[in-house]
Amino acid sequence: MTRTSTGRTAALLGLAALPVGVLTVFFVLPVAGMLERGFWPDGGFDPGAVLDVLARPRVHRVLWFTLWSSTVATVLAVVLGLPAAYALYRPRFPLRGLVRGLLLVPFVLPTVVVGVAFRQLLRDGGPLGVLGLDGTPAGIVTALVFFNVAVVIRTVGSAWEGLDRRPAEAAAALGASPVTVFRTVTLPALRPAVVSAASVVFLFCATAFGVVLTLGGTRYSSVETEIYLLTTDLLDLPAAAALSIVQLVVVVGLLLVAGRARRVPDPTVARHASAARPRGVRRGDVPALVATGLLLVAVATPIVTLVLGSLRDDRGWTLRFYRALAGDGATDPAGGGATLVAPVTEALGNSLRVAVDATWMSLLLGTLVAVVVTRRSRSRAERRLRGVLDGFFMLPLGVSAVTLGFGFLITLDEPPLDLRDSALLVPIAQALVALPLVVRTLVPVLNGIDDRQRQAAASLGAGALRSLATVDLPVVWKPLLAAAGFAFAVSLGEFGATSFLAREDHPTLPIVIFRLIGRPGELSYGTALAASVVLAATTALVLLAVERLRVPALGSW
Amino acid sequence: MRCAIKRVRTTAVLATAVLATASCSLVGGDDDGGGTDADGNPTEVVLLTHGSFSLPDDLVAAFEEESGLELVIRTGGDAGEVTNRLVLTKDDPAGDVVFGIDNAFGSRALDEGVLAPADVAWPAGAEQFALPGDDDRLLTPVDNGNVCVNIDTTYFAEKGLAEPETLEDLTEPAYRDLFVTPSAATSSPGLAFLLATIAEYGEEWPAYWERLMGNGAEIASGWTDAYQVAFTQGGGDGDRPIVTSYDSSPAFTVPEDGTASTTRALLDTCFLQVEYAGVLAGAANPDGAAQVVEWLVTPEVQAALPDNMYVFPVADGVALPEAWATLAERPADPAEVDPAEVAAERDAWLEEWTEITTR
Repeated sequence: MTRTSTGRTAALLGLAALPVGVLTVFFVLPVAGMLERGFWPDGGFDPGAVLDVLARPRVHRVLWFTLWSSTVATVLAVVLGLPAAYALYRPRFPLRGLVRGLLLVPFVLPTVVVGVAFRQLLRDGGPLGVLGLDGTPAGIVTALVFFNVAVVIRTVGSAWEGLDRRPAEAAAALGASPVTVFRTVTLPALRPAVVSAASVVFLFCATAFGVVLTLGGTRYSSVETEIYLLTTDLLDLPAAAALSIVQLVVVVGLLLVAGRARRVPDPTVARHASAARPRGVRRGDVPALVATGLLLVAVATPIVTLVLGSLRDDRGWTLRFYRALAGDGATDPAGGGATLVAPVTEALGNSLRVAVDATWMSLLLGTLVAVVVTRRSRSRAERRLRGVLDGFFMLPLGVSAVTLGFGFLITLDEPPLDLRDSALLVPIAQALVALPLVVRTLVPVLNGIDDRQRQAAASLGAGALRSLATVDLPVVWKPLLAAAGFAFAVSLGEFGATSFLAREDHPTLPIVIFRLIGRPGELSYGTALAASVVLAATTALVLLAVERLRVPALGSW
Repeated sequence: MRCAIKRVRTTAVLATAVLATASCSLVGGDDDGGGTDADGNPTEVVLLTHGSFSLPDDLVAAFEEESGLELVIRTGGDAGEVTNRLVLTKDDPAGDVVFGIDNAFGSRALDEGVLAPADVAWPAGAEQFALPGDDDRLLTPVDNGNVCVNIDTTYFAEKGLAEPETLEDLTEPAYRDLFVTPSAATSSPGLAFLLATIAEYGEEWPAYWERLMGNGAEIASGWTDAYQVAFTQGGGDGDRPIVTSYDSSPAFTVPEDGTASTTRALLDTCFLQVEYAGVLAGAANPDGAAQVVEWLVTPEVQAALPDNMYVFPVADGVALPEAWATLAERPADPAEVDPAEVAAERDAWLEEWTEITTR
């Protein structure tokens, strides 16, 4: 039985309906609401004010800074991430899972905490003060790389792991040097994953908020922080709308470029369902392993700064900041009782609950999206539709959390969509944050599945579900678990949207940390550092558990 | 065999994960039921406030007990953000009552009509903190504090350097590279300090800031970054002994074995910040909202403010914590800027300030 093109398109739209609906309500609507306030400031259409904004010299500076700092950070993240992606996903060695997990931790730490750690590290008199990076754009770029190198490792690594080894082995057997093999065989096969990772990293850098705000002050402002300033401090909505549109346009453009570059001439060559068998460390792996070790040290430095800070007060080593975590009435001898907002233990519970919800939401949506955009298209119209959908689901990466947060307030305010009070807002917002990651983790894998396998299954009488279960699922299983862990961890550390939407009676851990860090007194500060260590450790545990959970690839036999 | 064990383990882990999902997903979150009781009266009241809001649970419980209302607290951003979200949602506010609008943003809230009149009795002492221009008493003063330049007294003792006293002193070569202040554009104490300099120098304030920057002043992104990281007596190991903070800050820098603070607020550099509460226009539960405002100025809540939000009560006769009574010295005559002028000029001031400090 062959289905008509219309039938296929209908099926495609059916699958896409849920994610499209969710994104429409929780993304398009709020953003459109904010843009409306910008373009129709007093009810009448007034695009002049918006256009004037684009002529401001400060806006030019902001755009330029965003562009170059994100570009440099992306290049650095890819250059530093590639060796680690290889070292952590090809050869097998003891503690590999541990190192993988640890390298992913920075990505999900609250930016405020990392900002403070970076400043302590970089400022004059700090451990790395001699580098003179404090207050310079280099400090911001370093922090951006710190956060995003994990994306490269994860995305490229899992692609590398699933790479069919035989073409490379054949090339080597035919006399190609390792460098030639890498350049002519491995790299082209990895290109989709690298481009994917780079485009995601660029978007993350270009929309980074906390990092730029804490390390850049007012001197260095990115489009994202400028939107924040314009909205929250100046209530200059036309200007904020102008920048939001610029951001959206740039993101759409980037996605188009990335989508084109991601396309491989013949996807069936790039990847094969038969995953590589693990092997031990070879001599040729040593440079990559050393590079990974150095990267680990670099990434660990700010975290170690945090840990040391949490274990020391002005009189020496102490555990009192950790003892303060459980209580809500910790007494600061200096100035009365410094009451915790909520015991950190309770906040951690809230965080975990929210993360569970955010995880299943993003997995559900992300899987649907990934399936929709990777099925082989039969017609040009269908391919175009898939392309549009693919880009559409990446858009949340490119919109300011502030725009979104204020947009929630002004658009979701009427029944049946009066969701401003809903306890679900936080997990939904976090799921949107994690969605592009889930999609990008799954898409390269699904893309690599030879459609002929599905056709074979179909010709043997398997229905759509059956062929999904026997062809797609075995391959996608591991990345799916990885995506789940990733979404969970992202949710644990998410701060921007959460701080805007969370309710006081259920603070998440990053929010409690932020509150503590904004209070005077050594106890508050130390407790915030201790809580950050707890958050980092929890995140690391989750990511390590994901590593442990990995089932042997069923496709390999 | 290995496979079987592995499969069992995987199944167990997955089962746990599924169970966890089932037990603590959506169902685990409490839903806040309806908003009304059998007679159609609201059973909850929603307080919108800023991220620094904090009061002990038992005080909240006592309020709920007495009023029969459930108090839902919703936070977001700082004072400016709270005010701006009220302006954006004034047709359909997301709550009944607001706490945390300060005197730098109060006039914007009044001009935009986000507040409704309510019959609230002010405690003795509150009158002096009334927002100038608020003739209908829409905003009830709840707490106050001063943003003042703080210094690390141990630093100056060790260096044998005279302590600075005034804003002008900060531009002296002796204090070059010693001062750090939060950005006026992104932090409310930063904005307060800018207003202090405007109160002192009037039209000449840009020249003052040029001298200040010329003397090596550092602009930090927020209070945390300035005080906890850059200041020598903050949480970290900073290297700047002069910082913009609050008049209550010295109460938090007492060594464990000592009775005297290692820092001091310069009382000639202060700007008074007052935080207000008010009933929102369009509140679903205006009665409940007025009760919340009255609750915030009861002696119990007023007494809890210093320990929980690091601010002073507005009511007379409220006992301060011991350390505050002895260490948190208050300025006799803090600087003020007319709120109407702030409302009219704030954006222009910030633009000019940004221009000067990022040169």
